Amino acid sequence: MALLHIAEPGDSAAPHQHRLAVGIDLGTTNSLVATVRSGLAAVLSDELGRPLLPSVVRYHPDGSTEVGYAAQGEQARDPRNTIVSVKRFMGRGLADIAHRESMPYVFEDAPGMVRLHTAAGVKSPVEVSAEILRTLRHRAEQSLGGELVGAVITVPAYFDDAQRQATKDAAKLAGLNVLRLLNEPTAAAIAYGLDNAAEGIYAVYDLGGGTFDISILRLSRGVFEVMATGGDSALGGDDFDQRIFCWILEAAKLNPLSAEDARLLLTSAREAKEYLTNHGVAPITARLNSGERVDLKLTTEVFTEITKTLLTKTIQPVRKALRDAGLSVSDVKGVVMVGGATRMPQIQRAVGEFFQQQPLNNLDPDRVVALGAATQANLLAGNRNAGDDWLLLDVIPLSLGLETMGGLVEKLIPRNSTIPVARAQEFTTFRDGQTAMALHVVQGERELVTDCRSLARFELRGIPPMVAGAARIRVTFQVDADGLLSVSAREQTSGVEAGITVKPSYGLSDDEIANMLKDSMAHSKDDALRRALKEAQVEAQRLIEAVQSAMKSDRDLLTDEQFAAIDTAIGRLQAAALGEDRRQISQAMNDLEAETREFAAQRMDKTIRKAMAGKRIEDLPGTEASTETKGEHA
Amino acid sequence: MAVTLSENAAKHVAKYLQKRGKGIGLRLGVRTSGCSGVAYKLEFADAVEPEDIEFESHGVKVLVDPKSLPYIDGTELDYTREGLNEGFKFNNPNVKDACGCGESFNV
Repeated sequence: MALLHIAEPGDSAAPHQHRLAVGIDLGTTNSLVATVRSGLAAVLSDELGRPLLPSVVRYHPDGSTEVGYAAQGEQARDPRNTIVSVKRFMGRGLADIAHRESMPYVFEDAPGMVRLHTAAGVKSPVEVSAEILRTLRHRAEQSLGGELVGAVITVPAYFDDAQRQATKDAAKLAGLNVLRLLNEPTAAAIAYGLDNAAEGIYAVYDLGGGTFDISILRLSRGVFEVMATGGDSALGGDDFDQRIFCWILEAAKLNPLSAEDARLLLTSAREAKEYLTNHGVAPITARLNSGERVDLKLTTEVFTEITKTLLTKTIQPVRKALRDAGLSVSDVKGVVMVGGATRMPQIQRAVGEFFQQQPLNNLDPDRVVALGAATQANLLAGNRNAGDDWLLLDVIPLSLGLETMGGLVEKLIPRNSTIPVARAQEFTTFRDGQTAMALHVVQGERELVTDCRSLARFELRGIPPMVAGAARIRVTFQVDADGLLSVSAREQTSGVEAGITVKPSYGLSDDEIANMLKDSMAHSKDDALRRALKEAQVEAQRLIEAVQSAMKSDRDLLTDEQFAAIDTAIGRLQAAALGEDRRQISQAMNDLEAETREFAAQRMDKTIRKAMAGKRIEDLPGTEASTETKGEHA
Repeated sequence: MAVTLSENAAKHVAKYLQKRGKGIGLRLGVRTSGCSGVAYKLEFADAVEPEDIEFESHGVKVLVDPKSLPYIDGTELDYTREGLNEGFKFNNPNVKDACGCGESFNV
């Protein structure tokens, strides 16, 4: 028998027409599933009333799995087959994974994404995540008494296309229809924004198990806008555990550990961290399989000291995000704390000191993301409540652009543009009779292609032969609500089209993103100069080709002397274009233009004479616009 | 006769109303549809309609339109938990047979 929930006035669903949708926070350490019942978002608990599902999957030799607490309990005994924090491996290659030497897994590098050897065979992170999602799906279907129409799954704001795609694939494998991927901080803002309905600028400080995200949001008249994002997707509560773990090794002077003992001590480290949230001293006792005993006391002071650098690592991206948004600390009206790791008192203190205000933490930091996702899922499934007319805007983390002549980047979508977004720009051909165009899609902030990341390449073929600059090729960049990019190119006169959807097989690491951003700042002046030089070189090349083409077609208009003079000027410009002196190139271009002025005028006269036979040449304007005529063919 | 709420149901309704931030009570009723005749209506109420019949149960205002009343008179709305599933349930003495799902019924 189905149990009912209260609907909005006039909105009762017909029998069997309830559209069940859930929000899933697929976390590094823990995952949650939530839904909206009788207008209220709530986390769905398991049979024992536990809201969290540890993101842990254990594989058995017969292929069966345990997920959650059962798997977590076996972590110390069977570390190799018990996969924790799999989110760190999503869409990642082997080289991207930090601390892998202290992990008990047998990794295998595979194209696109790392694989893990388990008792049940080789598993990809997508398959492991799918086990977690499947468990949450079953919990939700039992709790709601029906099949789900879909789910909103949250991802860190920093997830690149490969990581987002991996998450979508995992959901599909788990039999879930993904209504949308949602950035975690944005989900948290929904949970807070709707409950508290406070307008203004907010910072969302999200320190989860394995990821750190900072988002600067603006809430106004019910609209959420993400103004800037930043963070470090390889920094989280796990790293604090790791610091305690290292401190234990040093303080207890332990010999190298077996995988089991390492796992055991990591668990002790985490327990000590959690204990210190409400206590001044945490006892750490353990008996290792090696026979050694650990009996230590960790004080808040020592803990704060050994994790100081981690705290600093979170504050730097906060500064940068504020700068990106063009805001200062005093503009921030409130700070939302998300993620279990924000319970650590030194974090609350450090964030409070930085923003000069008490951070908001009145919602459970472990649940806010799931609650916000559930609210969004409810909306997307069509269960719209009266007054829920807000929009949701996310941003792209790095600019997207196209390679143009000379290895320059033309940015079509600048960083921090809100998504979904579509931008189009017209490009043209560089050479006469050019029938194909190679499009190279890049991501990054620098001016030169070599300094950005290559996302995809494709070709537009079948462009009708035309003179250089006459073809009109419209290139459209479209980023959908999940942050996935598709690029299409269309030649306007003939209608030929080509396109590509970017699903890069290999993600950018956070360090790469951070470095790319840092580089763009450090090199902005440098880049501008290099860009100007490249542009001058490209322009010089274009001029040379145009003049040479004209010399070939209208050789008869030139005396041998004139021909030689122009040829010399071309030679000088060619030499200058190979150099690095922009002024020299510019001078050589002026010289060549001066040398060809008369030739250009004669060519134009000839063209006009042909077109307007019977009229007096002298009556017509002739000698202006000399450069424009060079590229034309009679 | 009357339509009532169990204490547990009233507690949940009051909580949802408070979180919703508006509404004067709960509207119960039926509409013709569903696999076996009529289906229940369970909604928040923002206003009292002129013809509404009002009940009060554990501090929660319950509104029923006169056409619906014969179908649900004597009903106690309960809030129960069945395994992982939880929600409201109509304990309706008028029901002769219901479809398996319990969302629609015959009198």
